[in-house]
Amino acid sequence: MFYREAGEFKTSYVDDNQTFPIRFDRWRYYAVLAVAFLVVPFFINDYWANAVLLPFLIYSIAAIGLNILVGYCGQVSLGTGGFMAVGAYATYKLMTAFPEVNLFFHVLLAGGITAIVGVLFGLPSLRIKGFYLAVATLAAQFFLVWLFNRVPWFYNYSASGQINAPERTLFGHAISGPASEPWAVYLFCLVFTVGSAIIARNLTRGTQGRKWMAIRDMDIAAEIIGVNPLTSKLTAFAVSSFFVGIAGALFFAVYLGAVEVGEVYGINKSFLVLFMIIIGGLGSIFGSFAGAAFLVLLPVFLKNLLVGTLGWPTDLAAHLELMIVGLLIIVFLIAEPHGIAQLWRVTKEKLRLWPFPH
Amino acid sequence: MKTKTLITAAAAVMMAAAPAMADLFVPSLTYRSGPYAANGIPTADGYKDYFTLLNERDGGIGGVKVEFEECETGYNTEKGVECYEALKSKSPLAIHPWSTGITYQLIPKATADGIPVHSVGYGRTSAKNGEVFRWVFNYPANYWDGASVAISHILDQEGGDLSGKKVALVYHNSAFGKEPIRTLEELGKIHGYELSLLPVDHPGQEQKSQWLQIRRERPDYVIMWGWGVMNQVAIQEAVNIRFPMDHFIGIWWSGSENDVKPAGDGANGYKALTFNGLEKDYPIFDDIQKHVVDKGLAAGAGDQIGTVLYMRGLYSALMTAEAIKKAQEIHGTPDVTPAMVRDGYEALDITQETYAALGLPGFGPDIQGSCQNHGGQGLGAVSQWDAAAGQFKLITDYIQSNQDVIAPLIAADSEAFAAENNITPNCD
Repeated sequence: MFYREAGEFKTSYVDDNQTFPIRFDRWRYYAVLAVAFLVVPFFINDYWANAVLLPFLIYSIAAIGLNILVGYCGQVSLGTGGFMAVGAYATYKLMTAFPEVNLFFHVLLAGGITAIVGVLFGLPSLRIKGFYLAVATLAAQFFLVWLFNRVPWFYNYSASGQINAPERTLFGHAISGPASEPWAVYLFCLVFTVGSAIIARNLTRGTQGRKWMAIRDMDIAAEIIGVNPLTSKLTAFAVSSFFVGIAGALFFAVYLGAVEVGEVYGINKSFLVLFMIIIGGLGSIFGSFAGAAFLVLLPVFLKNLLVGTLGWPTDLAAHLELMIVGLLIIVFLIAEPHGIAQLWRVTKEKLRLWPFPH
Repeated sequence: MKTKTLITAAAAVMMAAAPAMADLFVPSLTYRSGPYAANGIPTADGYKDYFTLLNERDGGIGGVKVEFEECETGYNTEKGVECYEALKSKSPLAIHPWSTGITYQLIPKATADGIPVHSVGYGRTSAKNGEVFRWVFNYPANYWDGASVAISHILDQEGGDLSGKKVALVYHNSAFGKEPIRTLEELGKIHGYELSLLPVDHPGQEQKSQWLQIRRERPDYVIMWGWGVMNQVAIQEAVNIRFPMDHFIGIWWSGSENDVKPAGDGANGYKALTFNGLEKDYPIFDDIQKHVVDKGLAAGAGDQIGTVLYMRGLYSALMTAEAIKKAQEIHGTPDVTPAMVRDGYEALDITQETYAALGLPGFGPDIQGSCQNHGGQGLGAVSQWDAAAGQFKLITDYIQSNQDVIAPLIAADSEAFAAENNITPNCD
């Protein structure tokens, strides 16, 4: 009824090619942005920022990054945790070496450094594919964690091997460190998340994205029609690692503040982000958000429901939480193997015809 | 900026003052699930049972009931942060993170929020310097004390001379496991032993290569900094290569029944440090039986009472309760705030009479806190596993750690932290 193309006349290519061609969709998108930027900062408290929204935003960036590599370019990677660690340690080294430079640029630079490391570990993808590539990136995961544990230069020779984010400000407001306000860190992460999503969306709609998808669908055919596999695969690794690096940097500097590489950026993190994009939907920016929301928000929600509202013992709730999340993953993947993004697409198709489907 | 800090401080005071009529809120970050649950359950049970006992027997502390809440972390830092944020709005009087990783996480946050963090024998060692770490406590002993006590015990065994001896450190490759390295290196310079480092990655189920190396290099002593399943595997591997168990010394977190029992009789003679007594006949057990177990209020399954880690949880609760008591005395009010409890912690004075009065005669070393000293006197003892009796038994008195070595290390590390975070060491 209200969600339809009919009555909307596009008179230019720009109009025709916009991300949200339906007016209702577009307004919904603006409304979400407006709420996120203009309403949430006024109501946010420490709990919502640190337990719910920051992890959601940061994991979304990581999921977008991995989705470019796995969902759009078809290169399976299990090295996400390791690449996030590169982002975190790069920020740490930059923060402590150049304290006068703005944290915003440190995070961007950390993304750039991660992109370079990602390209290096992406080189084998020119030779090996599928499961074999997954194993090669798994090696990256273990190597990087080992490296940051082993070489004291990376953690400035601290006794415990931990890295701690010192306080850094932006426009006079602390972004990292304990004195930071929840609204400030939230907005800082939100800017990165929205920026990443817009860049990723437009990259994947353009030439570069088409090249990646051609490689994903059939690399020999892509090569025959003139797609250069070397540049396509390596740009996918670079762009993907850039976003993952930013996510790792924010995860350390803004969200946790103190990080131990083996625990925070271990293999579990790689799997978590991979599950996010599988559940959310491979090859979809919305899917990255949906997957991150599913795996970050659901456990917190379940914990608050079972322990907070129902008053169950904490250990029982923790075990049940694992079982419920696991069960839901299975149900989702059986009901819709293409993830939450596909569910969303189907809903939109139905909504176009609603309320008169025949 | 100044006005902002003032406003924040005012808000913090208002928030702290608001629930004045409420109970004494003492939460606990536990891990009854996950890879470290076997160790997390007894500690959490002991901690909770002590407060239940105080509520049931004495009607709380100073006449005010203790309100208790657990939050499950699974030894995971992110969940620890979530728990902390959820709990802090209820103005907890003290937080026990029960994990070195989470402690590191909470030190800056709790300092900014004005909530005492008490890491009992774990966490950041240099937090002992109270002038820098105003809200963090690590009574009764820290990892560097532990390292020094272990070396002192080895010195005793070797007749005071370690030159040319080889000592291997098998450690959990994390902030927790890396803590003793610097101290052991410094002590090595003094006593002339050769230190080799063998890291074990989380969770520590695979240690074949480390123990193969030990078998090849034949160190005279092995010191272990392990937690969870890593302990069991290490002790089993040591038994497998027939390493003399009385030359194998674990930190206090590597010496519970869970760790030695899987290796059977082979583990007999294994040593572990401790900072509390491990007797099975303290009078307090009668009270726990009467007021907690018989009323069906025992924490968890109630099957952990008297185990090593249960006693450590009990000890942690005891120190917190004493700090709250002290705070009530100092400020003359039974409804204390987190800031008052910090004062109580700094004035902590636990003597042998205190232990005896609490039904735990000879349970631990004397503890005298101050603003400068947030970590106690640094005493530790050595216990040894008696497989036939199924019990760890103390084989030494409390040994004083080598403060000549540790104090400068603590000063250096805390000053580095202060410089990094723009803290002026102070006592007001």
